[in-house]
Amino acid sequence: MIRTDKIRAMVYKELKQLQRDRLTAAMVFGIPVMQLLLFGFAINYNVRNIPAAWCDQAESVKSRQIIQDIQAGQVLDLQIQTRTPEELRQLIQSGKVRAGVLIPQDLSSRLQDNRSSFQILTDGSSSVVTGAVTSLASLPLYQGEHSIDYRNQEALPIQVLPLYNPEQRTAVEVIPGLIGIILTMTLMLFTAIALVRETEHGSMEMLITTPVSPMEIIIGKLLPYIGIGIFQTILVFLLGILVFRLPVNGRITDIALAVLMFISSTLSMGLLISSFVKTQFQAVQVSIFILLPSILLSGFVFPYEGMPAFARGLSKILPVTHFIELMRGIVLRGAGIAEMPLQIGVLLLFIVITMSLAWLRMRNKQLD
Amino acid sequence: MTDAAGRNYCIRTDKLTRKFGDLTAVDHLSLNIPAGEIYGFLGPNGSGKSTSIRLICGLLSPSSGKVEALGYSIPRQAEKLKSRLGYMTQKFSLYQDLSVDENLRFIASIQGLPKKIRESRIRELRRQFHLEKNRDQLTGTMSGGQKQRLALAAAIIHNPSLLILDEPTSAVDPESRREFWEYLFELVGQGMSILVSTHYMDEAERCHRLAIIQKGRLRAEGEPRKLMSGLGAEVFLAHGRSDELIHWRKELVSHNDIPGCTQIGNSLRIMITSGRKNPEAWLSSTFPFLGKVEQTRPNLEDVFVKATHQDHIQEEGRL
Ligand SMILES: Nc1ncnc2c1ncn2[C@@H]1O[C@H](COP(=O)(O)OP(=O)(O)OP(=O)(O)O)[C@@H](O)[C@H]1O
Ligand SMILES: [Mg+2]
Repeated sequence: MIRTDKIRAMVYKELKQLQRDRLTAAMVFGIPVMQLLLFGFAINYNVRNIPAAWCDQAESVKSRQIIQDIQAGQVLDLQIQTRTPEELRQLIQSGKVRAGVLIPQDLSSRLQDNRSSFQILTDGSSSVVTGAVTSLASLPLYQGEHSIDYRNQEALPIQVLPLYNPEQRTAVEVIPGLIGIILTMTLMLFTAIALVRETEHGSMEMLITTPVSPMEIIIGKLLPYIGIGIFQTILVFLLGILVFRLPVNGRITDIALAVLMFISSTLSMGLLISSFVKTQFQAVQVSIFILLPSILLSGFVFPYEGMPAFARGLSKILPVTHFIELMRGIVLRGAGIAEMPLQIGVLLLFIVITMSLAWLRMRNKQLD
Repeated sequence: MTDAAGRNYCIRTDKLTRKFGDLTAVDHLSLNIPAGEIYGFLGPNGSGKSTSIRLICGLLSPSSGKVEALGYSIPRQAEKLKSRLGYMTQKFSLYQDLSVDENLRFIASIQGLPKKIRESRIRELRRQFHLEKNRDQLTGTMSGGQKQRLALAAAIIHNPSLLILDEPTSAVDPESRREFWEYLFELVGQGMSILVSTHYMDEAERCHRLAIIQKGRLRAEGEPRKLMSGLGAEVFLAHGRSDELIHWRKELVSHNDIPGCTQIGNSLRIMITSGRKNPEAWLSSTFPFLGKVEQTRPNLEDVFVKATHQDHIQEEGRL
């Protein structure tokens, strides 16, 4: 039984309570903003002035120009000049510098043959440095007719071997995933708590004896949080676009559809949790239990490709994994939602299963 | 619901039983509760009052036995009962972070009061239960008595035929309790049937009828006055020093014919099972240390003590 006036009363009551609950209201707004800024800036390391050394074996006009160019770029701070490549390597190994520029004797012939022209050795143990240097290497330093393409790096004697974060990331790449994490974090917890609160506090006992149906109670409790989820998503997108120049390549309707589906899956998870726990504290515990793998295994922090089989299996069960893939596909690659049927399918299946389980546990309009 | 004799009942239970695992919280409870009266459940903590009430409201399903409320078979027809039932939970269950008006408005819409009469009904209740000054106050900041009045107002907002109150006065002072009971009599006067649970004797005495429940079982049932006059025991007072009385009491309660003995200040209230020709003389000769004893009228506490005394013997024996 679904009557709009009863649902409206539930929603109104819930919003009033939310409005009085300063902490939750602050979290609705604060978590997305804080996380976006933290993650965005932490990962969009605009790294400058990495201490570096150089070894110019060519000692030609061109080679000096390259060194000047790199210095002017400010990513590397060329502090020490060495005579041999070996010294350069030692400086990096001892940690005195983080990167070394090695210009070989045959620079001019390499440039002519269009071979790898020079090398930048980096301290692979720091992903930050590697990321910054790699981005440096992919930019042509010279403009106009003197332009040299340094991008061919095949012949490096010391390979750029980053130990962490093998995928190069920027804030832009992080934001779509962050939406998934934020929604999981806030919505699952909020809905679980909101429903358990009624039971723990005793008002559910009163509600059950009134003519409001369990479906109306659930819908009335969930609707405000759907609104909150949409608000948070818009907030993150707006901040992402304004602060981090997030390109939105896909269609807005596709994004909206994916977000709504993910919000539904998060809410149904919260609903399911609430049907199993007795207290708000337990709801928090179970939510954290689900939140941790959502952050660690979803491909948000560690790339899916690097996970062992077991973790991959877990990762594939989490709706947030598929949502992050969807968002990266739509937002960054401009894919259409129809091009990612697997992710859509898994999300839908997840919603159907959790909702049914939750409903099975809650449809009995009784205390036990 | 009318029985063969034409009596009108609001609630009838038949061998109503509810188990939680090994524990039998309600044990073969059979009751006929007349309509239009205040009916009391009197019992100590954990005696199964709340569980019985929840079974009657359809909040729990019985393990066995039957319940009928307002003629509906519960829990099967619980939906039908809902619009005619007012239920005040033992724990205050309105929203502490909403104001009085907000709570009442919420309950009014949930109960399906037509929009037109909603505000006027709330105004009426505010006046009736002296909540005018608190209408914008957050419920969590109100006093126990004010909360109680608000909970009652919310429970009757839709003019139910049956009002069930689970220990409504356990958190309020005697003055507020008296006032609360005046409201109950007003409601009964308007034709409402009321079931109220309590562990206060004075409240139980004000009920039209009463069921004494212990360990889920019905121990005594009837009008309070008849329960007292038909106690089946005589009550005597003996006087002495407080330190003596403690020892006397121990000795007295170990006797089979003394179902109850309570110290009240410098007196002992002694209950003797009826059937003896001269209980006063028997008492003095069996327990010579008592000195002079005087007979007194049984009260509801005596009824309660006697009704539940079998278990006390068992419990004290176990200690
Ligand atoms: N949901 C439940 N699960 C397990 N045991 C329960 C449950 N509800 C009640 N009980 C047990 O059933 C017995 C009766 O409890 P009930 O709450 O009905 O007593 P009560 O008379 O209302 O007591 P009080 O005066 O303390 O409110 C108690 O022993 C209690 O522990
Ligand atoms: Mg109780």
